[in-house]
Amino acid sequence: MSLSNNNKASIVTLIVDYDAGNLASVKRACEQVGLEAEFCADPDHLRHAQRVIFPGVGAAGSAMASLKSRGLDQALREVINNGCPVLGICLGMQISLDYSEENDTATLGFIAGKVSRFRMDRLDLKVPHMGWNEVCVQHTHPVLQGIEAGDEFYFVHGYFPTPKDNSAVLATTDYEGHFASAIGKDSYIGTQFHPEKSGRVGLRLLNNFAQWDGQC
Amino acid sequence: MLSKRVIACLDVRDGHLAKSVKFVNTQNIGDPVEKAHEYYLDGLDELVFYDITASSEKRNIMLDVVESVASQVFIPLSVGGGVRSVSDATDLRLAGAEKINVNSAAVKRPELIDECSSAIGNQNVVLSMDIQKVAKSNEIPSGYEIVINGGRSPMGLDALAWALEGEKRGAGELVINSIDADGTKDGYEIELTAMIAQAVRVPVIASGGAGLPEHLYEVLTKGHADAALVASMVHYGDYKVSELKGYLHDQRLKIRMSW
Repeated sequence: MSLSNNNKASIVTLIVDYDAGNLASVKRACEQVGLEAEFCADPDHLRHAQRVIFPGVGAAGSAMASLKSRGLDQALREVINNGCPVLGICLGMQISLDYSEENDTATLGFIAGKVSRFRMDRLDLKVPHMGWNEVCVQHTHPVLQGIEAGDEFYFVHGYFPTPKDNSAVLATTDYEGHFASAIGKDSYIGTQFHPEKSGRVGLRLLNNFAQWDGQC
Repeated sequence: MLSKRVIACLDVRDGHLAKSVKFVNTQNIGDPVEKAHEYYLDGLDELVFYDITASSEKRNIMLDVVESVASQVFIPLSVGGGVRSVSDATDLRLAGAEKINVNSAAVKRPELIDECSSAIGNQNVVLSMDIQKVAKSNEIPSGYEIVINGGRSPMGLDALAWALEGEKRGAGELVINSIDADGTKDGYEIELTAMIAQAVRVPVIASGGAGLPEHLYEVLTKGHADAALVASMVHYGDYKVSELKGYLHDQRLKIRMSW
């Protein structure tokens, strides 16, 4: 085995732990695709990460407060600036934009744009958007490789992201019109859906992320 | 658009898969972990485990079942039966359950719904309701009454009023389980399901009575349900999950067909 392979095998993926929901399912799905993962709540540890998953459920306001109180916001910013591959999931994706309507919260700003609530005036559409829905890839990306037309992922959310720059929209999904269901820039990619709960296609995405060097 | 979901419900007693008819005569019909994995590979959209273990000292068996399933089944997993407190809910979540179903304990103490939804999020709290048809009265204006303790205790509580209260208290989803239809294979209670599904803004899962693929189609259209729960029809091998989904897809419902 070459040295570089040894190095690759020793990479541990850090799952950012900031009291934003149940992270065990993300870890289990990582293990299923052979990705060694551990939880991380320490900003100094996070700063040295080589691969990061940034999950989260709950509300934007409390999530941001929790990140800041632990100094994890700054550590995340640093790893992203260093080109480390980072995968945001659900709320972890939403707070990577500039602003969320949820709790009127200023968020991390890795990607320009905002997060808005689904309109509630159409009685036939239920909020949260909960269940399986199609993800249509708009820009090819190593992490989205192999996702085909008709592939569905599992969603649970009442808010959705709108990046300012269209090139950051990697995939879209239709619910009250189209919204960005995967966004990305440089070594950061975020999904509104839950790959860890999306069966084979979700595991495939995680496997792609496990192989990704952070280059687009 | 969102796909309509097909959900399999596995009643688990002492770690074994059980199936009841009208909530009594439970029989042991297999290993829940094996069944769950089989359905997952066959395209199931979501799993519900219901712990019907009678004795509380055997409850840890359920946590083991949930943990084994969660490490090999990567779709949403919902667990209920005997959830009385936030700590019951948290234990199940740590074992790998995504959503927690509350039922009898919430009827006895409705604040349980508020407490669970603030602890684990509305979207993860499912209010499961066992309902029987009764004569309309001042007490039960909808003609449907909530029953608890596995179908044994009528509560004098109107099902529609309870559904609305549950939604208001923070339940993110409702399971409408008809005791009259349970285990009969004669079809879901369409009138009941439609009445509640049209009155609330949260997703509604229809339960009880599925015997034919047509029954699922009926409750997902006329019954306005977002998801159809199946049990015996798949547990005994009468139908495969993929067959049910294929049928619904052929009827032009939006169904997840690649897995």
